[in-house]
Amino acid sequence: MLDSLPLENISTFGADVDAITAFVWWIIVGWGLAAEAIFIWFLIIYRKKDGVRAAWTPATTLRSTAWVLVPTFIVLLFDLVIEHRSAPIWDTIKDPAQIPQHEVLVRIRARQFAWDFTYAGEDGKLDTADDFTSMSELRVPRNKVVRFQLESLDVIHSFWVPVLRLKQDIVPGRFIPGWFEATTDGEYEIACAEICGASHTQMRALLVVESAEKFAKWAATQVEQNALTLN
Amino acid sequence: MSNAISNEHELPSAMHATELPHGRMGMWWFLSSEVIIFGGLVVTYILCRMHHSEWALEAANTINMAGALNTMVLLTSSFVVVKAHEAAHKGDNAKAARLLFVTVGFGLIFLCVKAYEYHHEIVQGFVPTANLFWGFYYLMTGLHGLHVVGGMVAMVIVALGVQRGNDPVGVEYVGMYWHIVDIVWIFLFPLLYLAS
Amino acid sequence: MSHTAEESFISKYVFSVDHKVIAKQYMITGLLMAIVGGLLAGVFRTQLAWPDEPVFGLGIMAPHVYNAMVTMHGTIMVFWVAMPVLVAGFGNLLVPLMVGADDMAFPRLNMTSYWVFFLSTIVLIISFFVPGGAAAGGWTSYPPLSNSIEASGVNWGVNLWVLAVALEFVAFLLGGINIITTGINMRVPGMSMWDLPLFVWETVIASIVFLLSVGPLIGGAVMILLDRNFGTGFYDPIQGGDPLLFQHLFWFFGHPEVYVILLPALGILGEVLCANSRKTLYGYKMIVWSVIVAGILSFVVWAHHQFVSGIDPRLAFPFSLMTILISVPFAVHLFAFIATVWRGSIRFNTAMLFACGFVALFLIGGVTGIMNGTAAIDIYIHDTYFVVAHFHYTLVPITFIATFAGIYHWFPKLFGSLMNETLGKIHFLGTFVFLNLTFLPQFNLGMMGHHRRIANPTAFDFLSTSDALFLQELSTIGTYGLLLAQIPFVFNFFSSMFRGEKAERNPWQATTLEWNTESPPGHGNFDAPQKAYRGPYVYSPEGVSVDFLPQFEPPQDGE
Repeated sequence: MLDSLPLENISTFGADVDAITAFVWWIIVGWGLAAEAIFIWFLIIYRKKDGVRAAWTPATTLRSTAWVLVPTFIVLLFDLVIEHRSAPIWDTIKDPAQIPQHEVLVRIRARQFAWDFTYAGEDGKLDTADDFTSMSELRVPRNKVVRFQLESLDVIHSFWVPVLRLKQDIVPGRFIPGWFEATTDGEYEIACAEICGASHTQMRALLVVESAEKFAKWAATQVEQNALTLN
Repeated sequence: MSNAISNEHELPSAMHATELPHGRMGMWWFLSSEVIIFGGLVVTYILCRMHHSEWALEAANTINMAGALNTMVLLTSSFVVVKAHEAAHKGDNAKAARLLFVTVGFGLIFLCVKAYEYHHEIVQGFVPTANLFWGFYYLMTGLHGLHVVGGMVAMVIVALGVQRGNDPVGVEYVGMYWHIVDIVWIFLFPLLYLAS
Repeated sequence: MSHTAEESFISKYVFSVDHKVIAKQYMITGLLMAIVGGLLAGVFRTQLAWPDEPVFGLGIMAPHVYNAMVTMHGTIMVFWVAMPVLVAGFGNLLVPLMVGADDMAFPRLNMTSYWVFFLSTIVLIISFFVPGGAAAGGWTSYPPLSNSIEASGVNWGVNLWVLAVALEFVAFLLGGINIITTGINMRVPGMSMWDLPLFVWETVIASIVFLLSVGPLIGGAVMILLDRNFGTGFYDPIQGGDPLLFQHLFWFFGHPEVYVILLPALGILGEVLCANSRKTLYGYKMIVWSVIVAGILSFVVWAHHQFVSGIDPRLAFPFSLMTILISVPFAVHLFAFIATVWRGSIRFNTAMLFACGFVALFLIGGVTGIMNGTAAIDIYIHDTYFVVAHFHYTLVPITFIATFAGIYHWFPKLFGSLMNETLGKIHFLGTFVFLNLTFLPQFNLGMMGHHRRIANPTAFDFLSTSDALFLQELSTIGTYGLLLAQIPFVFNFFSSMFRGEKAERNPWQATTLEWNTESPPGHGNFDAPQKAYRGPYVYSPEGVSVDFLPQFEPPQDGE
């Protein structure tokens, strides 16, 4: 049923997320089916039959509890293997100290019920004169690391881009950093994944991934427009 | 109401499988839940406090002497309630009731001092909405104050009952409750007053 | 010991101190609330499947109404169905009977807790009808959304919601003290803690976990009320507060709460599985220890609800690890149940069918929990339908399947008669099939990235694929089926209550003390003071001709 997630993946770390999802999925399907099968098999073969009496198995010895404890111990081993694989993936995506050197810096600001994206511009710093803002559309160059900073103006929102395998809540009063690197051109959807009020459903934006040249051209026109509105 | 109430003590329900009577065991569990309620608030406050060093300046506006006085008042009242329990244990119900009323008196002193403090702070503009420190201050001392009032009401009821000749077992239970109220204050005092 | 003194209707059925009457009051209030919660689900699932059509011809649902319905569905099902039916209902009915007591330790306190709970129910229902509508910020009611009237459009709805939940906590705190004291302290002579029926153990531990976890949230709820109505800033970043504070307080209670309702359900399972497979519990002490360990671990896993909520990412590893570790005691528990039916002589009555259904369904809920608990996977599936499917595969078996098993099993002790088995089996089949039809598609929706709590999936292109829409419709049809499948139960419940086959004292040949009473037990429960002679599950012992030796039966020759 599952080799990778149904939606295409366009981020560099997404493949790792897909891989661990499939890995754990097959473990739990295997365990689940085995346990269900054994249980149902027991139910069938040990159904009430005339003249057959149930066995007396209080399982008071270590030897008899082993039937339960050994499978549990194996569950524990699987747990530790899963955790061992999960931790580095989590750190790659979420640990602020591990964010790679970025080429684009953008402030993602959420409010009821819209998104805006402020780019740091030429100087690579936010809150300077060459910043420019795009409403409801996050344009990024392909194969470049984008660093973002999440801010909310009102309630809690959540930055959710399924194709990037990325989700992060946005908490008022905090500036939460993160990053991604998109690998495939196209238009994709951004959603708010944390209930944020009546029109939570409508809180949508677009992620546009394009070549570095196209992005540079777009950025230039944005800077111009920004200058016009300022004058 | 139904017979079950009046007969409670003759029925096997009065028997207990552990050494503890039901009332004391129930009381311990009740008090443990109280400890968790205040414990949650105290931990929350401490965690917030670590992010707000400027609260030290706010805490300087509490009246340390009044807080210290109230600490003494509660400690003394705890001692009195122990004496009340002792008297009840010896079967001296009249003395037990008297000592409970003395404890209630200490509770009243505590509340009066607290009221004076609140007044003093509010006229200076340190109202609950002044900032988060004062929010916590009023929330925690207010909740504690409600527990003081609750304890006083319970003690009056028990004392009147004991005077009428009821089972003095209640003296022990209000005493346990009062100790918790006292202990909570011993945590609140340094956290809210002295940490400046 | 029985009280023949005439009692008025009011003192016998309304303000009763009898634990059995109070148990029925809790159960019936809870089941009535389940109808409310279930119908809410039916309505908003209709909206989800056909978002552009009027719901039941009543018009297109406004999004804030949808949010309120989802919020209230969750709130009701957890706090007003699972808690009163499983913990308070079955706890009240069974704990005194199983330890051989004539009532709870504090009967008047018991009555008080029910009426506080009843008051909380009224407050919650009123909250539907105040201007602005009911609370609409999800059952978790995270601030600042729940705090801000401008942001949520809800004013009194949230105040009443917080008040109702707080009252309910008070009711169950008092009830919990009663259950713990009764279970530990009112055991009949001869019954050590290691002779307690599993249900008593699990309900006592559940009550302790509740007692020790709910305190911080009571403080947190007071802070919400102060913030909303008096302008303090505990959760307001502008005033130096922190919205995440509430999430910590909520989940410090919220996760243990899952186990508070799970444990009594597992207790019911233990009783039903043993009696109907004629087998002793496989590793009684091992199971009890696993429950104790799970109870302790439940206090240190809460932040797994908050991996992507803005907490320090370095916290994810320890909480992910603890979360995955908590699967261990529950694995012990479930494997022991499977081992319990091994080499049994299984009698498939309706209670047993529901018990087996529980094990089968809960396994799915349990293993999918591993996905959520893995922090790296949670980045993708957090707040999607995968999570919704996961917790319904745990909570629906707990709240309903175990409850049904319990009701069919202990109906004689509730109303003195047996429930109709044919209707019961129809009920089981319908519930089992449609439950899967409702929630299996949601795993798939979650994998597609379908996030929760959106009123109209077609607002997004990636959720408007024919596959996604079809799965939503399938799930909704399952919900209809699940609701309709309860009709035979409701009919069976009332017809058996009034015209059911009269039950003897011990219709299932079970071993625990409650089966040594009349069906239903009279006031005072037992005909004579009880004594326990052996452990709780002596089924099919060796060297004895009968296939069960109840706890209340004096020792036989050669035993």
